[in-house]
This record gives sequence, C-alpha cells and structure tokens, in this order.
Amino acid sequence: MSQDSVTEAAETVKTTPLHALHVELGARMVPFAGYDMPVQYPLGILKEHQHTREKAGLFDVSHMGQVRLKPMGSTGTDPAAALETLVPGDITGLALGRTRYTLFLNEQGGILDDLMVTNAGDHLFLVVNAACKEQDIAHMRAKLAGLVEVEHLDDLALLALQGPLAAEVMARFVPEAATMKFMSCLTGVFNGLPVTLTRSGYTGEDGYEISCANADAEAIARALLAESEVEAIGLGARDSLRLEAGLCLYGHDIDTTTTPVDGALEWTLPKRRRAEGGFPGHAVIVQQLADGASRRRVGIQPDGRQPAREHTDILDANGAKIGEITSGGFGPTAGTPVAMGYVDRAHSAIGTPVTLMVRGKPLPARVAALPFVAQRYYRG
Amino acid sequence: MTVKYTKDHEWVRVEGDVGTIGISNFAQSQLGDVVFVELPEAGRVLEQGKEAAVVESVKAASDVYCPVSGTVIEANQALVDDPSLANNAPESDGWFFKVTLSDPSQLDALMDEAAYAAFVEESH
Repeated sequence: MSQDSVTEAAETVKTTPLHALHVELGARMVPFAGYDMPVQYPLGILKEHQHTREKAGLFDVSHMGQVRLKPMGSTGTDPAAALETLVPGDITGLALGRTRYTLFLNEQGGILDDLMVTNAGDHLFLVVNAACKEQDIAHMRAKLAGLVEVEHLDDLALLALQGPLAAEVMARFVPEAATMKFMSCLTGVFNGLPVTLTRSGYTGEDGYEISCANADAEAIARALLAESEVEAIGLGARDSLRLEAGLCLYGHDIDTTTTPVDGALEWTLPKRRRAEGGFPGHAVIVQQLADGASRRRVGIQPDGRQPAREHTDILDANGAKIGEITSGGFGPTAGTPVAMGYVDRAHSAIGTPVTLMVRGKPLPARVAALPFVAQRYYRG
Repeated sequence: MTVKYTKDHEWVRVEGDVGTIGISNFAQSQLGDVVFVELPEAGRVLEQGKEAAVVESVKAASDVYCPVSGTVIEANQALVDDPSLANNAPESDGWFFKVTLSDPSQLDALMDEAAYAAFVEESH
C-alpha cells in the first residue's frame, strides 16, 4: 500500500504557541505553510468534522498572519483608502467594529491572497493566509510606502471556536460575545486576558476567531477545551468543513491565475468599486463582468462514493477536457464526496453532467450548487 | 492458518490454497477514516506486488498491492457498503478480497506477525 499524497518537505519548521499543547493532546503533526501543525487529533478527521458541525471545535490558526495598518506618522492618510488601492472591497465604507472578506489582486486581476479586514477604529486589523503573509506584508509596505504603517502582529496568536454551540461556550467567558453579529468585532477580556473577538471563521458554522497574546494562547485554549462541548480540531477537518461550506482555499481554489469573476466571487466586488475602479486589475474585471469569464468555479458532486481529488480532470460528454478539480474529498456532513473546480463557462450551469477521470477511470458527476452544507452564520 | 505481512502494510491469511487479503491495523491508523474502497472483480488475475485495490481515506487515496499472485475469487461487499470496517476491523471483517494462490512459495519471503510488528516499530 502506498499513499500518493504529497507531503511538503520539512524545512525550518516554525511552531505556534500551542505546539506543546497539540503534542500533549496526541495530535498528528504535519508541516503546513512552514509550520508544524496538527492535521488531526486522536478523535480523527471524520469525528472532528462532525463534532464541529454538532457542537463546537477549537482550531489553532496562529500560523495565519495578523497585521495592523495605521496612518504613517502625521500624514493623516486613511488606511482604508490606502488599502482600497490594493483590494476591490469596500473598505472606506466598513463601519466601526465590522469585518469584511476581500482579496489582494495583481494587475491582471489575479488573486494574490484572500483576507479579512476589520475596522478597529484607529487602525485596520487584517488576517491573511499563513503561506502568503510575508509576501502580503512586503506588498503592502512597497505599495503603501509613506502612507501606511504596516505592522506584523507576530506577538499575537489566533484561535477559532466554531460550531452551533460556540456562542453558548464563548458567552461563559465573554458575555457580550453572545449578541455579536456575523462579521463584527469586539475587544474583551477572557478570564482576565485581553482578546479581540471576531464573529467569523472558515467552517460555514457560527463561531469566533480569538486574537490574543502568544503568551495567553495556551491558557485560553485550555479553558475552552475544558468545556464539555469543545474538542480540539485539526487542519484535516478544517479542510473538509470549509469545502462543504463552499469556501475557497487559497493556492488551490483561487490563485494568481484566477480572477474574482472566474472564482465566482463577484460578491466581493461592490457596485462603487466596480464603477470607480482604483484597484489592480479593474479593467480586466469590468470586462469579465460585462462579457462573462471563460471559466467559472463551481461545485462538483460525484455520483457514488468515490472522492475526486485536486487536479482531477473534468470532461464533457464527448470526452473533451473542460476543467479541473481544485479541492475534493469526502464530505462527512454531506455524506457524499464533494468537490469544487473550474469548468468552461458553457458547462457551468448547475446540474450539468460531467465526467471525472479518477485514476484512469471515468466517474460520472454533475455541476452542483455551493455550498454543499448550508452556512449557519449568526446575523442577529 | 498462516498470516503474513508485507512492507507495504498488507496482510494475507492463508487457509488451504485461498489467501484472504487486507490492510494492517497500522495501515488503517495511518490512513485515517476510510470512506471508499475499490476492490478487484472475481476472476481477475493479480500479480504479486501489483496494484489490486484502492482505498480512500478522508485524507488521501492509496493503492493496495497484492501480497501474493493469484486469481480473485471474492471481493468483500460488506467493506464496499461500509468502508469504515477497514478502520474498525482491519484484520478481520474489514478484509478486502480473496484469491486462490498461484505460487504459495511467495509466502516464504513475507513477514510473520512478530517480524511485521518489529518492522513497524523500527520504521515509524
């Protein structure tokens, strides 16, 4: 028996402040984006996934980059206006204490990274992907030089508490967390420790991301894990949870070769920004919005039980290649294999029958609506 | 009855000229939750060391190689219907398929249970 999955080469592997706790909990550690991270705990991916959908799961996402944008010196620059020169989202219109998903774009409209931006009053608080954080920070420092101070908050850890019971659990520690709306932010105190909570996450469930000092992360994690509803959840379940929720994984479902229109992320392009422009790739994106992109990210539902993995070819009825799977696996909540990928526009309608070439054999599938499992965010 | 193991973590249990083949407990623990298996059809002639079946866990797809040459006489339909048997009973109810051995002498080069346990201990 031999696995055909590729494991990343271990270089100088970094660790998060929860590394010792992961090991103590019996996690299987793997290299991910330069960090030694828990892919699963003894519970296993399937049960960790189901636990998160039914109760609450605690994730260590401290490998992600946390960044603060402030006006440079006394220039009086608005960091939101400055950031809008790099992303297509409405940042200047982001209300105090609100969070938004947006994208760093290149001049061709390709996606350099996806990120969360919060209006924290005197600064913007960004969370970017682990694998992209160094280049994102360099990008901002280069493009926004003299306007915005870009501070990498590497003294902070990031945890995520996700699931239908996350709010009940969090309210035991931070009572005001209970009434926060999806994509809002507050600063609070957790067992005497300062935290910044965002009601967000990447599982499709209600929940929070908890930003705290590196030195406080373990105490907060242990306090949450001591609650009967909470289990530690690894990156394996995080991947199947976000895939069922139809959420993109950067470097797989979106990258520099895909635009927001290709990626079915038009909802990240508000009317004002489409009209005014002022972000990289605007011309390309406006053209695509008018004419349609040549390919589109869609859900793919294989018939039967066999999962189709990333890089599986997607064929039309005549056997011609029309696209490729970019994320795929088994959806424990869906109870079926689930996947997403790109197909030529002519084949992107929901319900279109397609064929997946899995290990040299044709596997029937169809284009499916995303998400596979309904998102359950708290909107108050 | 003899049970032998391969370095690729398959086992074969021999009764008369019939070999029952599956993956080891160590293999299933490394794979994680098994969600799909593809098994060879009865009548297929398999060669030792060649791909015989596919096992997919939540993490990845893996090939299962045939520990001994032979002709498939039966695939485990219960495992197809409930792939979690590969996790819960890897060396009993979670067997993959049965073959009639064409060259029983191949068994001599495989590891017995003690040797396999030592191999797993040493290499992991």
